[in-house]
Amino acid sequence: MYCDRCGRAVVDGDHTACARARELEPPRYCALCRRRMVVQVTPTGWTARCAEHGERTG
Amino acid sequence: MADILAVARTQVLEQGIGLGQDQALDCLRLPDERVDDLLDLAHEVRLRWCGEEVEVEGIVSLKTGGCPEDCHFCSQSGVFDSPVRSAWLDIPSLVTAAQQTAATGATEFCIVAAVRGPDARLMAQVREGVRAIQEAVDINVACSLGLLTQEQVDELAGIGVHRYNHNLETARSYFDRVVTTHTFDERRETCEMVRQAGMQLCCGGIVGMGESLEQRAEFAVQLAELDPDEVPLNFLNPRPGTPFGELHPMGAVDALRTVATFRLVMPRTILRFAGGREITLGDLAERGVRGGVNAVIVGNYLTTLGRPADEDVRMLADLRMPIKALARNL
Repeated sequence: MYCDRCGRAVVDGDHTACARARELEPPRYCALCRRRMVVQVTPTGWTARCAEHGERTG
Repeated sequence: MADILAVARTQVLEQGIGLGQDQALDCLRLPDERVDDLLDLAHEVRLRWCGEEVEVEGIVSLKTGGCPEDCHFCSQSGVFDSPVRSAWLDIPSLVTAAQQTAATGATEFCIVAAVRGPDARLMAQVREGVRAIQEAVDINVACSLGLLTQEQVDELAGIGVHRYNHNLETARSYFDRVVTTHTFDERRETCEMVRQAGMQLCCGGIVGMGESLEQRAEFAVQLAELDPDEVPLNFLNPRPGTPFGELHPMGAVDALRTVATFRLVMPRTILRFAGGREITLGDLAERGVRGGVNAVIVGNYLTTLGRPADEDVRMLADLRMPIKALARNL
Protein backbone atom coordinates (compact mmCIF):
# COMPACT_ATOMS: atom_id res chain seq x y z
CA MET A 1 0.00 0.00 0.00
CA TYR A 2 1.15 3.52 -0.83
CA CYS A 3 0.47 6.98 0.54
CA ASP A 4 -1.94 8.61 -1.89
CA ARG A 5 -0.34 12.02 -1.31
CA CYS A 6 3.41 11.45 -1.56
CA GLY A 7 3.45 8.06 -3.29
CA ARG A 8 5.85 6.42 -0.84
CA ALA A 9 5.04 3.09 0.80
CA VAL A 10 2.87 3.65 3.86
CA VAL A 11 5.38 1.67 5.92
CA ASP A 12 8.16 3.99 4.71
CA GLY A 13 8.32 6.85 7.19
CA ASP A 14 5.70 8.96 8.91
CA HIS A 15 2.73 10.11 6.82
CA THR A 16 1.01 12.15 9.51
CA ALA A 17 1.76 15.38 7.63
CA CYS A 18 0.46 13.80 4.41
CA ALA A 19 -2.79 12.87 6.14
CA ARG A 20 -3.17 16.40 7.45
CA ALA A 21 -2.45 17.90 4.03
CA ARG A 22 -4.91 15.52 2.39
CA GLU A 23 -7.76 17.25 4.22
CA LEU A 24 -7.28 20.07 1.70
CA GLU A 25 -5.96 18.10 -1.27
CA PRO A 26 -7.23 15.34 -3.52
CA PRO A 27 -5.15 12.14 -3.77
CA ARG A 28 -2.37 12.18 -6.36
CA TYR A 29 -1.10 8.58 -6.27
CA CYS A 30 -2.98 5.32 -6.46
CA ALA A 31 -2.75 3.69 -3.06
CA LEU A 32 -2.67 0.25 -4.66
CA CYS A 33 -0.01 0.65 -7.37
CA ARG A 34 1.61 4.10 -6.82
CA ARG A 35 0.72 5.29 -10.33
CA ARG A 36 0.18 9.04 -10.59
CA MET A 37 -3.53 9.54 -11.11
CA VAL A 38 -5.28 11.96 -13.46
CA VAL A 39 -7.10 14.26 -11.05
CA GLN A 40 -9.83 16.77 -11.81
CA VAL A 41 -10.90 19.17 -9.08
CA THR A 42 -14.28 20.89 -9.44
CA PRO A 43 -15.90 23.48 -7.15
CA THR A 44 -17.65 20.80 -5.11
CA GLY A 45 -15.51 17.68 -5.44
CA TRP A 46 -12.79 15.76 -7.24
CA THR A 47 -12.22 12.65 -9.30
CA ALA A 48 -8.94 10.76 -9.43
CA ARG A 49 -8.40 8.09 -12.08
CA CYS A 50 -5.79 5.37 -12.02
CA ALA A 51 -5.15 3.69 -15.38
CA GLU A 52 -5.10 0.30 -13.62
CA HIS A 53 -7.47 0.62 -10.67
CA GLY A 54 -10.18 2.95 -11.88
CA GLU A 55 -11.73 6.08 -10.44
CA ARG A 56 -12.06 7.49 -6.93
CA THR A 57 -14.24 10.47 -6.11
CA GLY A 58 -14.51 12.80 -3.20
CA MET B 1 6.18 61.54 12.10
CA ALA B 2 2.42 61.25 11.71
CA ASP B 3 0.84 57.96 12.68
CA ILE B 4 0.13 55.95 9.51
CA LEU B 5 -3.36 54.96 10.62
CA ALA B 6 -4.28 58.58 11.29
CA VAL B 7 -2.94 59.51 7.87
CA ALA B 8 -4.83 56.64 6.23
CA ARG B 9 -8.05 57.64 7.96
CA THR B 10 -7.92 61.04 6.34
CA GLN B 11 -6.39 60.12 3.00
CA VAL B 12 -8.09 56.79 2.26
CA LEU B 13 -11.28 56.70 4.31
CA GLU B 14 -12.30 60.31 3.91
CA GLN B 15 -10.76 61.22 0.55
CA GLY B 16 -10.66 57.84 -1.19
CA ILE B 17 -7.01 58.18 -2.15
CA GLY B 18 -5.07 54.93 -1.84
CA LEU B 19 -1.84 54.70 0.09
CA GLY B 20 1.49 55.02 -1.71
CA GLN B 21 4.34 52.56 -1.47
CA ASP B 22 6.08 54.04 1.60
CA GLN B 23 2.76 54.37 3.39
CA ALA B 24 1.88 50.76 2.56
CA LEU B 25 5.23 49.70 3.96
CA ASP B 26 4.48 51.58 7.18
CA CYS B 27 1.26 49.54 7.49
CA LEU B 28 3.05 46.28 6.81
CA ARG B 29 5.50 47.17 9.60
CA LEU B 30 2.83 47.93 12.20
CA PRO B 31 3.34 45.88 15.37
CA ASP B 32 0.99 43.01 16.12
CA GLU B 33 -0.85 44.99 18.80
CA ARG B 34 -1.96 47.52 16.17
CA VAL B 35 -3.18 45.00 13.60
CA ASP B 36 -6.74 45.09 14.92
CA ASP B 37 -6.80 48.87 14.45
CA LEU B 38 -5.45 48.42 10.93
CA LEU B 39 -8.10 45.82 10.10
CA ASP B 40 -10.89 47.93 11.56
CA LEU B 41 -9.83 50.88 9.43
CA ALA B 42 -9.58 48.68 6.31
CA HIS B 43 -13.10 47.44 7.01
CA GLU B 44 -14.40 50.99 7.30
CA VAL B 45 -12.70 51.86 4.02
CA ARG B 46 -14.20 48.86 2.29
CA LEU B 47 -17.71 49.74 3.56
CA ARG B 48 -17.31 53.40 2.60
CA TRP B 49 -15.96 52.88 -0.91
CA CYS B 50 -17.30 49.42 -1.92
CA GLY B 51 -20.40 48.90 0.18
CA GLU B 52 -21.40 45.97 2.33
CA GLU B 53 -21.90 43.35 -0.37
CA VAL B 54 -19.52 40.43 -0.79
CA GLU B 55 -18.88 38.97 -4.23
CA VAL B 56 -18.79 35.20 -4.40
CA GLU B 57 -16.98 33.31 -7.15
CA GLY B 58 -16.22 29.73 -8.09
CA ILE B 59 -13.32 28.58 -10.25
CA VAL B 60 -12.53 25.47 -12.23
CA SER B 61 -9.59 24.18 -14.17
CA LEU B 62 -10.45 23.54 -17.81
CA LYS B 63 -6.93 22.38 -18.63
CA THR B 64 -4.83 21.13 -15.74
CA GLY B 65 -1.07 20.58 -15.57
CA GLY B 66 1.59 20.31 -18.24
CA CYS B 67 2.21 24.07 -18.39
CA PRO B 68 5.49 25.04 -20.08
CA GLU B 69 6.03 28.01 -17.75
CA ASP B 70 8.12 27.80 -14.59
CA CYS B 71 6.09 29.79 -12.04
CA HIS B 72 7.87 28.52 -8.94
CA PHE B 73 4.73 28.33 -6.81
CA CYS B 74 2.70 26.28 -9.26
CA SER B 75 2.14 22.53 -9.16
CA GLN B 76 0.79 22.67 -12.71
CA SER B 77 4.13 23.55 -14.26
CA GLY B 78 5.44 20.74 -16.42
CA VAL B 79 8.97 21.92 -15.66
CA PHE B 80 8.98 20.59 -12.09
CA ASP B 81 8.63 17.13 -10.61
CA SER B 82 5.07 17.69 -9.41
CA PRO B 83 2.54 14.87 -8.96
CA VAL B 84 -0.11 16.85 -10.90
CA ARG B 85 -0.86 15.19 -14.26
CA SER B 86 -2.43 16.81 -17.30
CA ALA B 87 -6.21 16.70 -17.57
CA TRP B 88 -8.90 18.39 -19.68
CA LEU B 89 -12.41 19.03 -18.45
CA ASP B 90 -15.19 18.25 -20.93
CA ILE B 91 -17.94 20.77 -21.69
CA PRO B 92 -20.80 18.99 -19.85
CA SER B 93 -18.62 18.83 -16.72
CA LEU B 94 -17.74 22.50 -17.13
CA VAL B 95 -21.42 23.43 -17.26
CA THR B 96 -22.12 21.27 -14.20
CA ALA B 97 -19.34 23.07 -12.32
CA ALA B 98 -20.89 26.43 -13.28
CA GLN B 99 -24.29 25.23 -12.09
CA GLN B 100 -22.83 24.07 -8.78
CA THR B 101 -21.14 27.43 -8.39
CA ALA B 102 -24.32 29.38 -9.17
CA ALA B 103 -26.21 27.29 -6.61
CA THR B 104 -24.02 28.78 -3.86
CA GLY B 105 -25.24 32.27 -4.73
CA ALA B 106 -22.07 33.07 -6.65
CA THR B 107 -22.21 35.61 -9.46
CA GLU B 108 -18.84 34.78 -10.99
CA PHE B 109 -17.49 31.60 -12.53
CA CYS B 110 -13.93 31.58 -13.75
CA ILE B 111 -12.61 29.11 -16.31
CA VAL B 112 -8.87 28.61 -15.83
CA ALA B 113 -6.26 26.90 -17.99
CA ALA B 114 -2.65 26.13 -17.09
CA VAL B 115 -0.97 27.44 -20.21
CA ARG B 116 1.46 30.17 -21.30
CA GLY B 117 -1.35 31.44 -23.50
CA PRO B 118 -4.23 29.80 -25.33
CA ASP B 119 -3.68 27.91 -28.59
CA ALA B 120 -6.38 27.32 -31.20
CA ARG B 121 -7.60 24.14 -29.49
CA LEU B 122 -8.01 25.85 -26.14
CA MET B 123 -9.71 28.90 -27.66
CA ALA B 124 -12.18 26.56 -29.40
CA GLN B 125 -12.87 24.78 -26.10
CA VAL B 126 -13.35 28.11 -24.33
CA ARG B 127 -15.72 29.37 -27.06
CA GLU B 128 -17.82 26.26 -26.75
CA GLY B 129 -17.69 26.25 -22.96
CA VAL B 130 -18.63 29.90 -22.54
CA ARG B 131 -21.56 29.50 -24.92
CA ALA B 132 -22.78 26.36 -23.14
CA ILE B 133 -22.60 28.07 -19.74
CA GLN B 134 -24.36 31.19 -21.00
CA GLU B 135 -27.20 29.04 -22.34
CA ALA B 136 -27.61 26.98 -19.16
CA VAL B 137 -26.55 29.06 -16.16
CA ASP B 138 -27.29 32.55 -14.93
CA ILE B 139 -23.78 33.57 -13.94
CA ASN B 140 -21.03 35.88 -15.17
CA VAL B 141 -18.26 34.02 -16.95
CA ALA B 142 -14.64 34.96 -16.39
CA CYS B 143 -11.54 33.41 -17.93
CA SER B 144 -7.91 32.97 -16.95
CA LEU B 145 -5.95 31.62 -19.90
CA GLY B 146 -2.51 33.19 -19.56
CA LEU B 147 -0.88 35.68 -21.90
CA LEU B 148 -3.13 36.84 -24.73
CA THR B 149 -2.71 38.33 -28.17
CA GLN B 150 -4.83 41.32 -29.14
CA GLU B 151 -6.87 39.03 -31.39
CA GLN B 152 -7.60 36.69 -28.50
CA VAL B 153 -8.52 39.58 -26.21
CA ASP B 154 -10.97 40.83 -28.80
CA GLU B 155 -12.46 37.39 -29.28
CA LEU B 156 -12.98 36.79 -25.56
CA ALA B 157 -14.61 40.21 -25.18
CA GLY B 158 -16.76 39.44 -28.19
CA ILE B 159 -18.15 36.17 -26.83
CA GLY B 160 -19.19 37.83 -23.59
CA VAL B 161 -16.38 37.06 -21.17
CA HIS B 162 -16.92 39.93 -18.78
CA ARG B 163 -13.81 39.58 -16.60
CA TYR B 164 -10.34 38.30 -17.38
CA ASN B 165 -7.87 37.20 -14.74
CA HIS B 166 -4.18 37.65 -15.27
CA ASN B 167 -2.08 38.13 -12.16
CA LEU B 168 1.11 40.12 -11.84
CA GLU B 169 1.87 37.47 -9.16
CA THR B 170 4.47 39.54 -7.27
CA ALA B 171 6.44 42.79 -7.31
CA ARG B 172 8.40 43.68 -10.42
CA SER B 173 11.63 43.61 -8.39
CA TYR B 174 10.94 40.03 -7.23
CA PHE B 175 9.36 38.65 -10.39
CA ASP B 176 12.45 36.95 -11.83
CA ARG B 177 12.82 34.99 -8.58
CA VAL B 178 9.35 33.57 -9.19
CA VAL B 179 9.13 33.18 -12.98
CA THR B 180 11.88 33.07 -15.60
CA THR B 181 9.98 31.93 -18.71
CA HIS B 182 8.12 35.19 -19.24
CA THR B 183 8.41 38.72 -17.93
CA PHE B 184 6.51 41.05 -15.65
CA ASP B 185 5.98 43.36 -18.61
CA GLU B 186 4.44 40.61 -20.73
CA ARG B 187 1.90 40.05 -17.97
CA ARG B 188 1.24 43.76 -17.69
CA GLU B 189 0.67 44.06 -21.45
CA THR B 190 -2.06 41.42 -21.36
CA CYS B 191 -3.70 43.24 -18.45
CA GLU B 192 -3.68 46.52 -20.33
CA MET B 193 -5.17 44.94 -23.47
CA VAL B 194 -7.94 43.40 -21.36
CA ARG B 195 -8.89 46.76 -19.92
CA GLN B 196 -8.80 48.49 -23.28
CA ALA B 197 -11.10 45.83 -24.75
CA GLY B 198 -13.75 46.61 -22.15
CA MET B 199 -13.51 43.42 -20.10
CA GLN B 200 -13.19 43.79 -16.37
CA LEU B 201 -9.63 43.19 -15.21
CA CYS B 202 -8.92 40.76 -12.40
CA CYS B 203 -5.28 41.06 -11.42
CA GLY B 204 -3.64 40.01 -8.19
CA GLY B 205 -1.04 37.56 -7.07
CA ILE B 206 0.49 35.59 -4.26
CA VAL B 207 2.10 36.78 -1.06
CA GLY B 208 4.38 34.76 1.19
CA MET B 209 6.74 33.64 -1.58
CA GLY B 210 9.85 34.97 0.14
CA GLU B 211 9.40 38.59 -0.92
CA SER B 212 10.44 41.31 1.51
CA LEU B 213 7.94 43.69 3.10
CA GLU B 214 9.31 46.38 0.82
CA GLN B 215 8.52 44.20 -2.19
CA ARG B 216 5.06 43.43 -0.83
CA ALA B 217 4.36 47.16 -0.60
CA GLU B 218 5.80 47.63 -4.09
CA PHE B 219 3.53 44.87 -5.38
CA ALA B 220 0.41 46.48 -3.89
CA VAL B 221 1.20 49.78 -5.57
CA GLN B 222 2.03 48.13 -8.91
CA LEU B 223 -1.36 46.43 -8.80
CA ALA B 224 -3.05 49.74 -7.99
CA GLU B 225 -1.37 51.34 -11.02
CA LEU B 226 -3.34 48.94 -13.23
CA ASP B 227 -6.59 49.99 -11.53
CA PRO B 228 -8.00 46.44 -11.56
CA ASP B 229 -11.68 45.80 -10.99
CA GLU B 230 -10.71 42.84 -8.83
CA VAL B 231 -7.59 41.81 -6.93
CA PRO B 232 -7.43 38.14 -5.93
CA LEU B 233 -5.04 37.78 -3.02
CA ASN B 234 -3.49 34.34 -2.66
CA PHE B 235 -1.30 33.13 0.18
CA LEU B 236 1.41 30.70 -0.83
CA ASN B 237 0.33 27.12 -0.29
CA PRO B 238 3.69 25.35 -0.75
CA ARG B 239 3.19 22.57 -3.29
CA PRO B 240 5.28 19.39 -3.30
CA GLY B 241 7.82 19.25 -6.09
CA THR B 242 7.85 22.98 -6.83
CA PRO B 243 10.82 25.26 -6.04
CA PHE B 244 8.70 26.91 -3.33
CA GLY B 245 7.53 23.57 -1.96
CA GLU B 246 9.68 23.84 1.16
CA LEU B 247 8.70 27.37 2.14
CA HIS B 248 6.55 27.76 5.23
CA PRO B 249 3.05 29.19 4.90
CA MET B 250 2.76 32.79 5.93
CA GLY B 251 1.71 33.55 9.50
CA ALA B 252 -1.91 34.49 10.05
CA VAL B 253 -1.23 37.93 11.50
CA ASP B 254 1.10 38.78 8.61
CA ALA B 255 -1.59 37.66 6.19
CA LEU B 256 -4.20 39.86 7.86
CA ARG B 257 -1.81 42.81 7.90
CA THR B 258 -1.31 42.28 4.17
CA VAL B 259 -5.04 42.09 3.44
CA ALA B 260 -5.73 45.33 5.26
CA THR B 261 -2.78 47.09 3.66
CA PHE B 262 -3.87 46.08 0.16
CA ARG B 263 -7.32 47.49 0.93
CA LEU B 264 -5.81 50.78 2.01
CA VAL B 265 -3.79 50.93 -1.21
CA MET B 266 -6.86 50.10 -3.33
CA PRO B 267 -9.94 51.44 -1.57
CA ARG B 268 -12.39 50.77 -4.42
CA THR B 269 -11.32 47.40 -5.85
CA ILE B 270 -12.97 44.05 -5.27
CA LEU B 271 -10.42 42.46 -2.93
CA ARG B 272 -10.85 38.70 -2.99
CA PHE B 273 -9.65 35.99 -0.67
CA ALA B 274 -8.27 33.37 -3.04
CA GLY B 275 -6.04 30.32 -2.59
CA GLY B 276 -4.16 29.43 0.57
CA ARG B 277 -6.44 31.15 3.05
CA GLU B 278 -7.41 27.86 4.70
CA ILE B 279 -3.85 26.91 5.63
CA THR B 280 -2.76 30.47 6.35
CA LEU B 281 -5.70 31.91 8.23
CA GLY B 282 -7.84 28.99 9.33
CA ASP B 283 -10.73 30.40 11.34
CA LEU B 284 -9.24 33.90 11.12
CA ALA B 285 -10.57 34.21 7.57
CA GLU B 286 -13.61 35.82 9.15
CA ARG B 287 -11.38 38.58 10.51
CA GLY B 288 -10.13 39.21 6.99
CA VAL B 289 -13.68 39.71 5.77
CA ARG B 290 -13.98 42.31 8.53
CA GLY B 291 -10.59 43.69 7.55
CA GLY B 292 -10.88 44.80 3.96
CA VAL B 293 -11.86 41.75 1.94
CA ASN B 294 -15.15 41.96 0.04
CA ALA B 295 -15.02 38.85 -2.14
CA VAL B 296 -14.30 35.16 -1.70
CA ILE B 297 -13.68 32.12 -3.83
CA VAL B 298 -16.02 29.45 -2.55
CA GLY B 299 -15.53 25.72 -2.84
CA ASN B 300 -12.43 24.12 -4.25
CA TYR B 301 -9.52 25.70 -6.06
CA LEU B 302 -7.76 24.41 -9.19
CA THR B 303 -5.72 21.57 -7.72
CA THR B 304 -6.42 21.87 -4.01
CA LEU B 305 -9.57 21.86 -1.91
CA GLY B 306 -11.22 24.77 -0.14
CA ARG B 307 -13.79 25.01 2.58
CA PRO B 308 -17.22 23.74 1.58
CA ALA B 309 -19.12 26.62 -0.03
CA ASP B 310 -21.96 26.45 2.48
CA GLU B 311 -19.51 27.18 5.32
CA ASP B 312 -18.46 30.42 3.66
CA VAL B 313 -22.04 31.35 2.86
CA ARG B 314 -22.93 30.73 6.52
CA MET B 315 -19.95 32.82 7.64
CA LEU B 316 -21.16 35.73 5.52
CA ALA B 317 -24.68 35.37 6.90
CA ASP B 318 -23.32 35.34 10.46
CA LEU B 319 -21.39 38.52 9.68
CA ARG B 320 -24.56 40.02 8.18
CA MET B 321 -22.79 40.64 4.90
CA PRO B 322 -25.11 40.25 1.92
CA ILE B 323 -23.90 38.31 -1.10
CA LYS B 324 -23.77 40.46 -4.20
CA ALA B 325 -26.57 39.67 -6.62
CA LEU B 326 -26.14 39.19 -10.33
CA ALA B 327 -26.53 42.41 -12.29
CA ARG B 328 -26.38 42.34 -16.03
CA ASN B 329 -25.99 45.27 -18.35
CA LEU B 330 -28.84 45.00 -20.83
